[in-house]
Amino acid sequence: MLLYALKRLVYMLPVALGVSLVCFMLVHITPGDPLTAVIPVDASAEVQAEMRAIYGFDKPLPVQYAIWLGKVMLGDLGTSIATGRAVLGEVMRAVGNTLMLAAVATMIGFFFGCLFGFVAGYFRNSPIDRIASLLSVLGVSVPHYWLGMVMVIIFSVQLNWLPATGAGPGGSTDWTWDWVHIRHLILPAITMSVIPMGVIARTVRALVAEILSQEFVHALAAKGLMDRGIFRHVVKNTAPTALAVMGLQLGYLLGGSILIETVFSWPGTGFLLNLAIFQRDLPLLQGTILVLAMFFVMLNLLVDVLQTALDPRIQRG
Amino acid sequence: MSEAAAPMIDIRDLNVTFTGGRKPVRAVNGVTFSVPRGEVLALLGESGSGKSVTLRSILNMHPKKRTVSSGSITAGGLDVMALSGRALADYRGKLTSMIFQEPLLAFDPVYTVGAQIVESIRRHEPVSKAEAYARALGLLQKVKIPSAERRLAAYPHEMSGGMRQRAMIALALACNPQILLADEPTTALDATVQIQILLLLRELQRELGLTVILVTHDIGVAVEVADRVAVMYAGRIVETGPVREIIRNPRHPYTQGLLASRAHGAMTGARLDAIPGAPPDLSSLPPGCAFRPRCKFAVTDCETIQPDETAVSPGHWMRCLRSAA
Repeated sequence: MLLYALKRLVYMLPVALGVSLVCFMLVHITPGDPLTAVIPVDASAEVQAEMRAIYGFDKPLPVQYAIWLGKVMLGDLGTSIATGRAVLGEVMRAVGNTLMLAAVATMIGFFFGCLFGFVAGYFRNSPIDRIASLLSVLGVSVPHYWLGMVMVIIFSVQLNWLPATGAGPGGSTDWTWDWVHIRHLILPAITMSVIPMGVIARTVRALVAEILSQEFVHALAAKGLMDRGIFRHVVKNTAPTALAVMGLQLGYLLGGSILIETVFSWPGTGFLLNLAIFQRDLPLLQGTILVLAMFFVMLNLLVDVLQTALDPRIQRG
Repeated sequence: MSEAAAPMIDIRDLNVTFTGGRKPVRAVNGVTFSVPRGEVLALLGESGSGKSVTLRSILNMHPKKRTVSSGSITAGGLDVMALSGRALADYRGKLTSMIFQEPLLAFDPVYTVGAQIVESIRRHEPVSKAEAYARALGLLQKVKIPSAERRLAAYPHEMSGGMRQRAMIALALACNPQILLADEPTTALDATVQIQILLLLRELQRELGLTVILVTHDIGVAVEVADRVAVMYAGRIVETGPVREIIRNPRHPYTQGLLASRAHGAMTGARLDAIPGAPPDLSSLPPGCAFRPRCKFAVTDCETIQPDETAVSPGHWMRCLRSAA
């Protein structure tokens, strides 16, 4: 088991390298170079050249990549052009916020997704199944920025129960787990949870339906198990796939939903990406994408290892 | 059958109709038989003859919503068709247990074989986990699984087909049942493994005094293990009798056709005799003999008259108008 995890960790290296290359190239695919946006148009050629030399843009690409990669390894993602602050700090703070939002949203989504999925799978083609399936289809297909705005209109504007924006009172960024802060989390988390809820519900329904049609369910009944005992088997058979889907969903949400975070002004990675794009802050954009991609890779690894632990048939040596 | 002791299994006029589809499917149509304690009965027939449906009825396995059953089934003195809920669950696996056709599908893939046997034991008997594991080990040894200790912790997919079926038998015997139902127990296995499993079944049956109903489409299997054979066609028993009697003196045209279509004993290079046509549609059975369209001896009366049981010799009867022929 441990050996498998280590092996996977080693396999991750080329993926990580590829990801870093793509992130690096991102800056160079765009026309001009990142400095064009910042250097005043009327700056002299010497000043421009000097600036380029300072940022290292005068060197050949492979050298630039090597230097950049070396810095990244040491945790230096450069400085944001817009704010002049270290990119790493900005990104990590945003990642923390997004992680919290995504984790809470995934948990809510997983809970309700499993609930709807199991109910729908057990009572296939009954009215309950149709309602649960309808809810999950809605969850997948409703545009969530729209849902977010509707939530804001209902719960913030009309009912005035919950705050509409930010991650704390007065735009504070220091998170604590108290009601004052959690209030801010509720609306974006629920809005965000709708996506994984729908996906997980549909997956679990299909899984449960498939498992219940298998011969071993009859065999379990034939040896005298009651519905409760059989349910335990169904759950354990569903778990590996359901968890994998949940992990992937968490990965997607970690990318930060730009739309949801923008609607709720949640200071997460999506919000940061949005900012970086509009301000043409390429080091920030590059750093954010790199960190997010790495998170995704790590998460995949985690899901894989977990799945292997849960399902004895998956034996990757 | 004429003995004073009550039979272990007694089925009277069993009818099973599945109502889930567009047209009701009459899978079993008035099956009556009984099996004395310690006897092995083989239900013989092709796909769709109602043999597996009959077998599963003995465990009351058919979904209530989509099935209409009538008649009576008594197993070990219990009225099976009246059982439901906990009483039914207590009966399943304890008094009567079942061996499935494809053990790879009949075991839950994510639990070890040992855990599944232990689960069955602990479902029916208040024993500790350690005790149940010890018994499971004993069961695996009893069905002659090599290095049983290690196999206890193996998952179903880690075993070979034959070993899985042995484990399935161990699971079925976990709570010392008196009745064993075997649904095509060797069909999914290699020919060489089949005979080993059959020998094991017969040995265990004799040792434990089990009453067995074996469903098969293979006369060879029936000959190997059974004391008596009941040949089924379109949900009815068309001929029944002691195995030897049926083999030597088959009287129903369908039984004769089945025996003639065996590869065993056929001349090399000669075409095998097959029964022409296909089994009837169980959702629209003809009023008369269901085998008539495929029968070379059929007369006009066969179209309208449902033949009664006709005795051939003691314990051997069949349903055919042409019995005199």
